[in-house]
Amino acid sequence: MLKIEDLVVEVEGRTILNRINLEIPEGETHILFGPNGSGKSTLMMAIMGFSGYRVSSGRIFFKGEDITHLPIHERARRGIGVAFQRPPAINGLKTRDVVSLCAGQKVVDVGGLARKANFETFLDRDLNLNFSGGEMKRSEMLQLLAQSPDLVLLDEPESGVDLENVVLLGEIINELLERGVRHRKAPDTPPHRKKGTKSALVITHTGHILDYITADKGHVLYNGVLCCARNAREILQWIREYGYEECFKCAS
Amino acid sequence: MRKLANDKSSTGGASATAGYSDEAEPHKYLDQLENVDPEEAKRWLNIGVDVSGENRSGTYIQKDCSIVHSGCGSKDVEVMGISQALQTYDWLSDYVWRLVSPDKDEFTKKAREKPHEGYFIRSKQGAVVKEPVQSCLYISEEGLSQHVHNIVIAEEGSELHIITGCATSPNLQRGMHVGISEFYVKKNATLHFTMIHQWGEQIEVRPRSAIYVEEGGTVVSNYISLSPVGSLQMYPVTYLEGENSVARFNSILVAPEGCELDVGSKVVLSRPGARAEIISRSITTGGTIIARGEMDARCEGVKGHLECKGLILKEGIMHAIPEIVGRVPGVDLSHEAAVGKIDQKEIEYLMARGLDEETAVSTIVRGFLNVDIEGLPPGLAEDIDRVVSETQNDAM
Repeated sequence: MLKIEDLVVEVEGRTILNRINLEIPEGETHILFGPNGSGKSTLMMAIMGFSGYRVSSGRIFFKGEDITHLPIHERARRGIGVAFQRPPAINGLKTRDVVSLCAGQKVVDVGGLARKANFETFLDRDLNLNFSGGEMKRSEMLQLLAQSPDLVLLDEPESGVDLENVVLLGEIINELLERGVRHRKAPDTPPHRKKGTKSALVITHTGHILDYITADKGHVLYNGVLCCARNAREILQWIREYGYEECFKCAS
Repeated sequence: MRKLANDKSSTGGASATAGYSDEAEPHKYLDQLENVDPEEAKRWLNIGVDVSGENRSGTYIQKDCSIVHSGCGSKDVEVMGISQALQTYDWLSDYVWRLVSPDKDEFTKKAREKPHEGYFIRSKQGAVVKEPVQSCLYISEEGLSQHVHNIVIAEEGSELHIITGCATSPNLQRGMHVGISEFYVKKNATLHFTMIHQWGEQIEVRPRSAIYVEEGGTVVSNYISLSPVGSLQMYPVTYLEGENSVARFNSILVAPEGCELDVGSKVVLSRPGARAEIISRSITTGGTIIARGEMDARCEGVKGHLECKGLILKEGIMHAIPEIVGRVPGVDLSHEAAVGKIDQKEIEYLMARGLDEETAVSTIVRGFLNVDIEGLPPGLAEDIDRVVSETQNDAM
């Protein structure tokens, strides 16, 4: 699904990511761990193609196609969706209208999706304007539900979300990724027999989100270098026990 | 600072009204609105004036110096030409030139010397006029300076909604419009006034308006100008003279190249509980916009907020001048002004949802101009899109 080769990314002339190699196969959810400032969000922004994140070398492949220099909307239309940590507010633009726009050519039931995200009362408010941290997250997830991407990039999905809503958020992520058991339709064909096709890269520095979603693999980003790749829960244990620095030392 | 505004209100110097004609060929009165030239009817529809008269409680149409149609199908409201109204009601003369002085500037003087009608609209005491009254002021004669004098009275406890559209015929080169408008909102009455301008590229426009609001009265005024106009200058003053009176002003301005808009409003808050809000959203795509606003709080316990936001899409000048004046302790006034370009972050955010850059920009601009105005003609949204897409095509 996603393949990153030797990617070097600069922000304002400074190298933030150094020779990143990462592959997320179809149907897998990967977790990206790393302390604040390690370059996690930069990787996400570079995958999406945002201005200000200059790829100075290396390549990004999506579904086998080199997308390193494609404009943002072309990447979105090919199936990459992103939930931002701090999305901008847009004055006068109703959340309802944005959700419809996210669906592109598809017709979606905005009200129905909003019910799932517990966000109905916000549909007629300006997008992200005066939303709390948790509300922004639900707004982002609602937009992704409408967009229904094949690869989901989630930047700290649990930060600023209260306990009640973090469960809901986990459910929405599972629905987006067609995983989990809650929304199983046909009980006699358990979902784990049929491998899903949706993939995800989930950024977290606390790891709390792992209580709610199923991860296939974890990676550790430290000072712009990917230093470890193994079972996500194992990594989390290590980080909790020894901290990021030890984790980095062990790997190198 | 106030001096500046006043100086500006007599803009253009001594010869500003020279070179125009005061007279025009008379136009025939039409009993039936269906007989209006279809081309003109289409043009009027763009400014909110529907000759079918559907969903309207009354209509006033003036072309050049002649009233082409006036009437209403409701007992709750009166709509007629100002000269007929002055003949009908002796008391009306007390309302004329009461809020606006004829000596204010050269344009008001001209309007007194050479009046060309104008409308009288009055909602009766306690009447709730559900459907709006529409009026159209139209210039079709080359080089005409049209001078109208309008009086609007919302009697005690009544509710009135007016849509006024102003336009010129498409091939008109030169022309001037001077409009004196005096609004009286009586005790506990509500007046919604929406004005849509669609003038020609070289037309000079000088509205001179004032609004008087009594106790518990509310005035909501919306002003929209999206099309090129040679020069437009107006600075209506609202006097909140009653306790708990309310004024809300919204304006949406777009200034294409060659356009000069100097638009603002002033609200004087003189009684306890008076509240005012002025919101302006403007976009220049090459023209000059001066967006003014002034709140003058003269009494304890009043509240006012002023918001001027401007975007420079390509080039042009955007000058926001918000002023707040408190003359006693215990007033609550605030203002917010911002001039800039569209935030790249917002554009890319929408692009990440699959919108191409042009669609992302026009979506943001539409949002920017969206100040929730009721009863807008559907064509206006399309006009906004057109303005944005033309700008983008130019920029490419």
